[in-house]
Amino acid sequence: MGTNIVAALRGVSIGISEGEFVAVMGPSGSGKSTFMNMVGCLDKPTTGTYALADEEVSTMSNDALAAIRNKRIGFVFQQFNLLPRTAALENVELPLLYTTMPAKERQARAAKRLEQVGLGERMDHHPSQLSGGQQQRVAIARALVNDPKLILADEPTGALDSRTSVEVMALLQGLNREGMTVVVVTHEHDVAAFASRVITFRDGVVKEDRANAPTDARSML
Amino acid sequence: MTLLATLRIALIALRVNKLRSTLTMLGIIIGVGAVITMIAVGGGAQARVEDQIKSLGSNLMIVIPGSTLSSGVRMGTSSAQSLTEDDAWTIMRDVPEVAVAAPSLRGTAQAIYGNTNWSTTVQGVTMDYFEARDWKMIAGRGFEPGEVTGAGKVAIIGQSAAKSLFGDEDPIDKTIRVRKTPVTIIGVLDKKGQSMMGQDQDDVLFVPLATHRNRIFGTQQGKLRRVSVITVKVQDGVNMKLGEDNVRELLRQRHKLQQGQDDDFTIRNLTEILQAQEASSKILTYLLAAVASVSLLVGGIGIMNIMLVSVTERTREIGLRMAVGARGRDILTQFLVEAVTLSLIGGLLGIALGAFGSYALGSFAGWRTELSTSAIVLAVGFAASIGIFFGFYPAKKASQLLPIEALRYE
Repeated sequence: MGTNIVAALRGVSIGISEGEFVAVMGPSGSGKSTFMNMVGCLDKPTTGTYALADEEVSTMSNDALAAIRNKRIGFVFQQFNLLPRTAALENVELPLLYTTMPAKERQARAAKRLEQVGLGERMDHHPSQLSGGQQQRVAIARALVNDPKLILADEPTGALDSRTSVEVMALLQGLNREGMTVVVVTHEHDVAAFASRVITFRDGVVKEDRANAPTDARSML
Repeated sequence: MTLLATLRIALIALRVNKLRSTLTMLGIIIGVGAVITMIAVGGGAQARVEDQIKSLGSNLMIVIPGSTLSSGVRMGTSSAQSLTEDDAWTIMRDVPEVAVAAPSLRGTAQAIYGNTNWSTTVQGVTMDYFEARDWKMIAGRGFEPGEVTGAGKVAIIGQSAAKSLFGDEDPIDKTIRVRKTPVTIIGVLDKKGQSMMGQDQDDVLFVPLATHRNRIFGTQQGKLRRVSVITVKVQDGVNMKLGEDNVRELLRQRHKLQQGQDDDFTIRNLTEILQAQEASSKILTYLLAAVASVSLLVGGIGIMNIMLVSVTERTREIGLRMAVGARGRDILTQFLVEAVTLSLIGGLLGIALGAFGSYALGSFAGWRTELSTSAIVLAVGFAASIGIFFGFYPAKKASQLLPIEALRYE
């Protein structure tokens, strides 16, 4: 802490098109988390600009950013971040609580998304009654429930074993095939291999930005 | 986010930590319960005084003879026999503030009916007395003028005395003996209850003044017109103090008292005494309520403490909610609703505790308690505002968290 301004990202200019599957890589301190927060509208750049779907975001108020996050972006976290002692269905419903949607429709949509990630049978289960992979799938269903344009996954496989990791990645690839833009932050090359583009950060600048022939996760199951 | 959904989330969050929520609520439960019970106790004391005022009759004062000085020995109140019937008539006629001045004589005598007998207070009065005391008849009739002047052998009986003498029989037209005089019961009075001193006012037998003096008790020579009490009712809306002063002035003149000489009578302003009692019981109520509110305040601090713990514990949850679209004010509302729910549920349970507490005090300790709706509304309103007041700071703190930092909080 202190008053020193640390420039976590310097002179980075990246454009991500709709429908891309991007893996963001780099060691700790490389600036990839800051990049991720910026893309997710959780943080605003000190200087510079960020436009999401042609909309300038960097000058928006906190409430406006909350609305953008609510409508346009789905988050998936390493630690799942599910509400404890709360049923899977209610966890998935969470983003819809901050909209004006009536309760019946909320539940219907949450249930549909849970079925989509293959957990239609476990809607009443609490996180503690689910395996790690299942919990992450609940989290993905939650990210999808608002029909976002962008899925932002921060180390989505960090807390999972290799087989469930592949399952989760297969799920994300499936969404990407349907036209969803997916950005995955990871430090594992195995995970980055599923992406069609890999951006590597080091010391706050882009070290490498290359296209990748993605491995099909389904073929590995 | 709708308020209903927020309320549901609050209830879920409170249910997750059942024991903690219950203990936190306990502070409010005890606080509200204590306030309601204490106000009920104070209200009971007040109602008792109010009942006494009602049974006494309004705007009432009594004049009793003063003390005598006999060879340097001061005798007690009423030892002098300075008041006469004529004093009463003159007061009624000459003091404009006075509505009624009723002379009466008091004595205790054995009343006998058939094979039962009962010692009761026998009062010699005129019909003015009943008017002064606002005392209604429930059966029979009052004294007729001829009976008052001609020492008629009739009597009006109080409820307790009637019960002791007649049991369930109808006393009207029955003849009883008081000392050696047979009198016929012509009327039965309504129930009056206890006097200020706790005496049963219904254990009484009223006879005309002349009957009391001439037939039943007899009188010393030269004291023919003496009475033991003059009951004065001041007119409604008139300053009682003024009436009292005028009565005093008139009596001093009539008794030919020099300036500087002590009164040979005493005036007791009963209504004033009772009003003073009422005022002091009101103060007692406020005092009890104030002491009880301290526990409500302590309960509020308990809520604040738990909400702060809760905000810290759920930092990640707050971060997540913000990440998926909750605005600062959504988070603020959520925690505020949680605190208010805690205090309101506590408040409602507190009402139950308070109602039980005042009931228990009433039936086990024998205290009179009056559960008042306004106290209940007040206590619950107070509990809710405590929830808002003490819940606001933790909720504000939660709403100002930064989503990225909250999400990373370990």
